[in-house]
Amino acid sequence: MNCKSIVKEISNYLEEALDPSLKSSIEKHLENCEDCRVVVDTTRQTIQIFCNSEPAPLPEDTRQRLRDALFKHLNKLRT
Amino acid sequence: MSASKLNPLQPRTPLPSQVVKDDEGALVAAAKGGDITAFETLVGRYERKIFRLAQNITQNKEDAEDVMQEAFLKSYQHLGEFQGNSRFYTWLVRIAVNQALMKLRKRRPNQVSLDEEVDTGEDTMPREVEDWGPSPEERYKQSELGGILSSTIAELEPPFRIVFQLRDIEELSTEETAEALGLSIPAVKSRLLRARLKLRQKLNRYFRQGETS
Repeated sequence: MNCKSIVKEISNYLEEALDPSLKSSIEKHLENCEDCRVVVDTTRQTIQIFCNSEPAPLPEDTRQRLRDALFKHLNKLRT
Repeated sequence: MSASKLNPLQPRTPLPSQVVKDDEGALVAAAKGGDITAFETLVGRYERKIFRLAQNITQNKEDAEDVMQEAFLKSYQHLGEFQGNSRFYTWLVRIAVNQALMKLRKRRPNQVSLDEEVDTGEDTMPREVEDWGPSPEERYKQSELGGILSSTIAELEPPFRIVFQLRDIEELSTEETAEALGLSIPAVKSRLLRARLKLRQKLNRYFRQGETS
């Protein structure tokens, strides 16, 4: 296992989608390779930061304008 | 670095907006029966997420507003076709993605083709390798972090940006993403890998140890 193959398998490793022998080879490599450890760890953090991020609130005037327009259409559909 | 930090994706605590509330099925059923208040509750629950999705795909505020509007309108019109085999939100996301892609293609007709081969550059090794320290999220206020994330994702080309949005932000499965975008599963996987590595590299300039806001 070399650094290039670790990078190719990062997604599968982080998603726990590897067979046990490949997973164990990766972990053996990570024990001895500081650069790959950092890449794996910061990639994991990248995914988590995006996934945990909350969308910003819509500005109230925009939200209200969109709601009014939407429900005007919906009410038309119902009649 | 301790071995425990190397573990695969740790279980995440869902945010309030990510929790499938028990009443979702009942709200959808009521909306199907014509209860507009129930549909309004669903709109209120998901409008911010759908707006962010549309904004991230189209990179244009007006288009994002139109997409959000059209997505909710279409979902209401086609509610009878929703079978309940997936979450209502997943179904809504697919409608919004279709609307957003149409807008994007209209604005950039020659630049946006999701199904063509793209150079995923998987042979490129990450260049900047620096530790971020324990919790980069705690170093920024939520609004600042939101700004960093939206400007960072905007720098990705559409084929990578959209796959990342669906898989890692909206948490669709690989299969759902492939189906929504008309891509093969290997294409979704290779684009996702490339998107994750590119974003990691871009976030590095904000989060590397010693860097402060």
